[in-house]
Amino acid sequence: MKTSPLKLAMIPVLMFGFGFALVPLYDVFCDITGLNGKTGRIQASQIDANRVDTSRTIEVRFLANTSTGLPWSFEPLVKKMEVHPGQLYEAVYRVRSSSKETTLGQAIPSVSPGLAAEHFNKTECFCFTQQALEGYETRDMPLRFIVSSDISDKIEQITLSYTFFSLGQG
Amino acid sequence: MSSEITHDAAHDEHDHHGPAKGLMRWVTTTNHKDIGTLYLWLSFIMLLYGGSMAMIIRLELFQPGLQWVEPHFFNQMTTMHGLVMVFGAIMPAFVGLANWLVPMMIGAPDMALPRLNNWSFWLLPFAFGILASTTFMESGAPAFGWTFYAPLSTTYAPDSTDFFIFAVHLMGISSVMGSINIIATILNMRAPGMTLMKMPLFVWTWLITAYLLIAVMPVLAGAVTMMLTDRHFGTSFFDAAGGGDPVMFQHIFWFFGHPEVYIMILPAFGIISAIIPTFARKPLFGYSSMVYATASIAILSFMVWAHHMFTVGMPVAGELYFMYATILISIPTGVKVFNWVTTMWKGSMTFETPMLWALGFIVMFTIGGFSGLMLGVAPVDTQYHDTYFVVAHFHYVLVTGALYSIIAAFYYWVPKWTGHMYNETLGKIHFWWSTIAVNVLFFPQHFLGLAGMPRRIPDYSLQFAEFNMISSIGGFAFGLAQVFFLYIVIKTIRGGEKATDRVWEGATGLEFEQLPSPPPYHSFTEAPPVR
Repeated sequence: MKTSPLKLAMIPVLMFGFGFALVPLYDVFCDITGLNGKTGRIQASQIDANRVDTSRTIEVRFLANTSTGLPWSFEPLVKKMEVHPGQLYEAVYRVRSSSKETTLGQAIPSVSPGLAAEHFNKTECFCFTQQALEGYETRDMPLRFIVSSDISDKIEQITLSYTFFSLGQG
Repeated sequence: MSSEITHDAAHDEHDHHGPAKGLMRWVTTTNHKDIGTLYLWLSFIMLLYGGSMAMIIRLELFQPGLQWVEPHFFNQMTTMHGLVMVFGAIMPAFVGLANWLVPMMIGAPDMALPRLNNWSFWLLPFAFGILASTTFMESGAPAFGWTFYAPLSTTYAPDSTDFFIFAVHLMGISSVMGSINIIATILNMRAPGMTLMKMPLFVWTWLITAYLLIAVMPVLAGAVTMMLTDRHFGTSFFDAAGGGDPVMFQHIFWFFGHPEVYIMILPAFGIISAIIPTFARKPLFGYSSMVYATASIAILSFMVWAHHMFTVGMPVAGELYFMYATILISIPTGVKVFNWVTTMWKGSMTFETPMLWALGFIVMFTIGGFSGLMLGVAPVDTQYHDTYFVVAHFHYVLVTGALYSIIAAFYYWVPKWTGHMYNETLGKIHFWWSTIAVNVLFFPQHFLGLAGMPRRIPDYSLQFAEFNMISSIGGFAFGLAQVFFLYIVIKTIRGGEKATDRVWEGATGLEFEQLPSPPPYHSFTEAPPVR
């Protein structure tokens, strides 16, 4: 049962690494389980038009926030939509800069309930890339999404929230 | 030739029997007893420092409205109180006890790595000096709570946060080095015949605690390093704007934080398991089940961290898993409590001061355990989360649990350490004064929490006024009782009735059976016989 302190010292070294390994592990875990409201992304060509489930409607609500430090106003043009699973829809968000400089922002999505996230897929989204707004520019930004038809039938309402974070001046 | 060297070495040792003289003795010492004493004094100073911040908190909460301090300063006080008590008072006290007791309990001459031991200790005054200095900085001390959740501790943190991060790194290095030392001592330096399953439970609990420490302190170091790079080097571990996630901070923190709460209670179990048999005059009931229970608690502690986060928006499956895993911990903990009770059953009990503190521990720690069970139930935690109920819960397990066991250990072993008995009357006054005060202090906080008073807020609604005033009065009385304890400690060190070598009629273990009181500066230079 003898031990050497150097061998013991390996444990904290490994655990320090493990602390950092938790970061990708956390992402992988959320990806697999669809927890944490991270939405999915698919290509338009992957959509199967025959799988539209017209017997069900789900209410999708849209929320928009801007974080501190970003002088933008940001809102969905339509606050909520009734959708059929399997069908492609488009929602438009309007963003308006109140800065005279060009500013950069990045939108981060979140879906509630969390278990709906992996079934909420987007073919096109302003959140896929950074957005640069020139001084006082107003822009309408589209979002094309499809709620997958294998979503649990317990889910009747989905809330999609976007927060724009500042990435500084362009 | 070889006999000459041996002779020289023996001669050398003869010249350095006692400690060096002067202040430098304490700076350069590698003696486990000296370092144990240093740890215990640091811990006492930190107890009084953290306690004085608690007094400011209770003073502000004495009446509704803001009377004494600014809300921002109040937040600094709750933050620093928590950090100082957890990392400065409770943890170093247990390390100090381990330094004093582990070598004497296993029949070793000293710790395995004495110079490392010196360094482990001397990092701490600097760590806490740095932490305490933040109070006097322009931005004020960290004010984000002792759990330092991002983004409060990253995007919105005061500049002094970097000092806090460095201090936490130093504490972590100190704990990890101390733990490696303790594991190496226990595994390598036991006297012949001292098999693992013959070790006193205090040694067992510390062995397991040390493994917990080397496993989770580096994770904490990782968390604060991520905070540092998020703050200054453009990373986005916890910043959603860059693809990070603030909730991940909570996962990483509590992956450290939950084992941490067992780090603060397992050595206490060891102390209580030493004291109860002595004063019940019966051997500990269920020794091996105690060992296995300690190990199970340690293993389970890695699997339950998210019960601190039931309200972050976890799926039901996650809540159920963490709820059941959490409740499972009550089984090994229950085994311990029942074993202590069974040890006392039909024993010839006497109630000297250490026994009173140990009994106080069992009763009140169990109260804290029960409120912990309530908090572990996910659906009701939604109501209790971040209320004073949580504050009441963790103060019952940390003050009347961990701190009570440390005070019990002091009264139990101080006659052995100093050769002086403490004054029994003063010890009993200290116990009853503290016990009445601590319940006046924390029991009403259960009601406040159930009624919805949030924690960490300097003001409250009028309906909470009476219970807060009662709680504050208990707080001041409890604080004063620990100043009284300081008097008892100094008085006992300076003199007192001569303690016998056995100290207590029912005491067992190498330190009581094989060493005089006080023990020589270098004890067990030859391994003692182990029965």
